Amino acid sequence: MEQQSGPPKELKQVSEVVWELPTSYKKGMLVPARIYGTKKLIDAMDPGVYNQVTNVACLPGIQKYSYCMPDGHWGYGFPIGGVAAFDVDTGVISPGGIGFDINCGMRLVTTNLTIKEVEPKLKELVNTFFQTVPSGVGAKGFVKINNNQFNELMVDGSKWCIENGYGWKEDLERTEGYGKIDWADPAKVSDKAKQRGIKQIGTLGSGNHYLEVQVAQAANIIDEEIAAKFGIHTPDQVVIMVHCGSRGFGHQIGTDYLRIFSGVMKKYNIPVLDRELTCAPFASDEGQDYYKAMACAANMAFANRQVILHRIREGFSKVFNRSAEAMEMHMVYDVAHNVAKVEEHDVDGKRKKVVVHRKGSTRAFPPNHPELPSIYKKTGQPVIIGGSMETGSYLLVGTEKAMEDTFGTTAHGSGRTMSRSAAKRQIRGDKLQKDMENRGIYVKSASMQGLAEEAGFAYKDINEVVETLKIAGISKPVVQLRPRANVKG
Amino acid sequence: MKKYKVLEDVAIADIAFEIYGKNLNELFENAALAIFEESADLSKVENKEKKSIKLNADNVEDLLYDFLSEILFLKDKDSFLFKKSNVKIDKNSLKAELSGEQIDREKHELRNDIKAITLHMFKVEKTKDGYKAVVVVDV
Repeated sequence: MEQQSGPPKELKQVSEVVWELPTSYKKGMLVPARIYGTKKLIDAMDPGVYNQVTNVACLPGIQKYSYCMPDGHWGYGFPIGGVAAFDVDTGVISPGGIGFDINCGMRLVTTNLTIKEVEPKLKELVNTFFQTVPSGVGAKGFVKINNNQFNELMVDGSKWCIENGYGWKEDLERTEGYGKIDWADPAKVSDKAKQRGIKQIGTLGSGNHYLEVQVAQAANIIDEEIAAKFGIHTPDQVVIMVHCGSRGFGHQIGTDYLRIFSGVMKKYNIPVLDRELTCAPFASDEGQDYYKAMACAANMAFANRQVILHRIREGFSKVFNRSAEAMEMHMVYDVAHNVAKVEEHDVDGKRKKVVVHRKGSTRAFPPNHPELPSIYKKTGQPVIIGGSMETGSYLLVGTEKAMEDTFGTTAHGSGRTMSRSAAKRQIRGDKLQKDMENRGIYVKSASMQGLAEEAGFAYKDINEVVETLKIAGISKPVVQLRPRANVKG
Repeated sequence: MKKYKVLEDVAIADIAFEIYGKNLNELFENAALAIFEESADLSKVENKEKKSIKLNADNVEDLLYDFLSEILFLKDKDSFLFKKSNVKIDKNSLKAELSGEQIDREKHELRNDIKAITLHMFKVEKTKDGYKAVVVVDV
C-alpha cells in the first residue's frame, strides 16, 4: 500500500487546502478523513499517510474527522501530523496517537539583542550550549536528583524547576497548561522508565532535535502588532528556539504501554489494523493508567525544556557578560506537539469532553480561550513551528477557525520527505556543515551522520506548509525566523 | 551470510532493518548489532565492560522486541555503547552477555539515539537459510 504514488483517487477536494477521504474508502471507517495541504503538498504526500489517517478513522469513539496536517508523513499507527478526538466515555486512547517521544515540543525565547551584536559570538554560544545542553546518544544532564525528587518533577513539571532555581516564575504562564499536566501519577510509570530518565533532565536528544539561534529580519515580520505582543519588536532581533521531548523516560513509557496495550485490544473487541495502532478504551483501567503515565512523561518534557531554557539564559549571560534579565530573555511560549489531553469542544452543536490526540501537531487556541494566560488572552496562543536547520521556522498564532475545524490544532513542523539513508547518500555531514557555514549558519552536532540526515532538502517546503495553515485559517503567521546557529542532537 | 541490511523507503523519518541469522541465537545477535552500529561507529568502541540480560516472553517475536528494548534501556540508564553480544535462546527464554563501554563524546563517533523499537512490520520468520526478522526503530 505504501508503494503506490500520488493520492488515492477517492480523495475529494473540500476547499482550496482541505481534502477528504469518505467513510466508503475503507471498511470500518466511522468518520471521514481530512488531509490539509496545498495541491503541491497533496500530490507529494507520503502515501502511507492515507492508509494511516483512515486506520485512525476506524477507532471507536472518534469524533467528526480523522485529520492529517500539511506537514504530515508516515508515522507509527497514526501519521505524523495526525489529529483525532475521541469521546471520553465511548472512545479510546492510543499510544500510537502520541508517539514514543511524549510531549516532544517547541520552546521559543527572545532577547533584546540584534544579530549584529550576536554575530561575532555565534560560535562561542554554540560551543557553550554544546557543553551545557548535552546531546546525542545516551547523554546525561547536569541536574542531579534522587528518586523522590524525580517523582515530584513528574507531578509538577516546570513548576518543580522554578522552585528549584531553574527559571523565572513568569515562564510558567508562558508554557502550555502552565508546564504541568494535573493527572500525572508516578505509580503508573515503570521503574525502568524512571531509571532510564532520571539522569536525562536538561538534555537535547538526537535525530531532529535542536537548539537554534535565529533572527527575525524586518522583512519576515508578518504581523507586527502580534509579533510585538509576543516580544519580537526590533528588526534583526535574535531569538532562540528549542525542539526536544521527554527523552528515554518518555520512550520507555511508550514502549511499556505498547506492550501492555497489544495484549488488551482483544479483551475490548477493538480491531487491530496495525500493531502500532494499539489502544484501549479511555475509561478503562489500562487507558487511565497510560493517560497518567503519559502525563508524567509530558511533565518531564516540560521540565527538560525548562532546564534547557535556564542553560540558555546562563550561556547568554556568560558570553555577553550581562544578566538574562538585562537581555530581556523572556520566553514567548512552550508548546507540545506529541500529547493527548481531555478538552471541551463543540461537536455537532453540542459542548463535549473529548480526548484530543495530537501527534506531530500543535495546539492552536484562539483569543479569549479560558486556558490562555492574561498576556495572550487578546492575541491567541503562540504556535511554534520548527523547520529544518537550513530553512527556518515560524511563529504563528491560534485562531477560532482552528477550534471550529480541527479541535484547536495546527501543524508542527515542515515534515520529512526524504529517508535518512537517501539524505546521507546525497551529502556528508562535514560537507553540509561547511556549506552551511558559508551561508552564515554555524552548526555543531554530536553526530556528523545525524547532521547529514537532517539536511534541509530532506524536508518539505515550510512556506508551503504555513501557506496551507493560513489559507485554511487554522493559525495565522506572525514571524518567519531564520537560522543562524544550531546545536543539533 | 549478510548480517542485516537497511530497508529503503519503509520509514521516512526512521530506520528499518532486515536481519538474518542461521539460527535464532545469531538472528538476535545480528539484530543487536544493527542497533549498536546505528548508535555509533563500533571501530572506536572497546569491549571494556560486560552486562548481562535475562528475559522470558510468550513467543519469539516478543522476546526479540523485549531484548532490543532492553538494550536501549541500558544504553540510557548507564550511558553505554555496546559492541558485541552473545545470545543463547532456549525456547522462549534468553540469556545474553553483552560488552562495550561508557559513552565518551570526545572518543566515540556517535550516530543516532534510537528512541524505541516499534512493532511496525515487526516479524521473525523461518527461511530456507535460517531466520529473518524485520525491525523498524524510531529515531
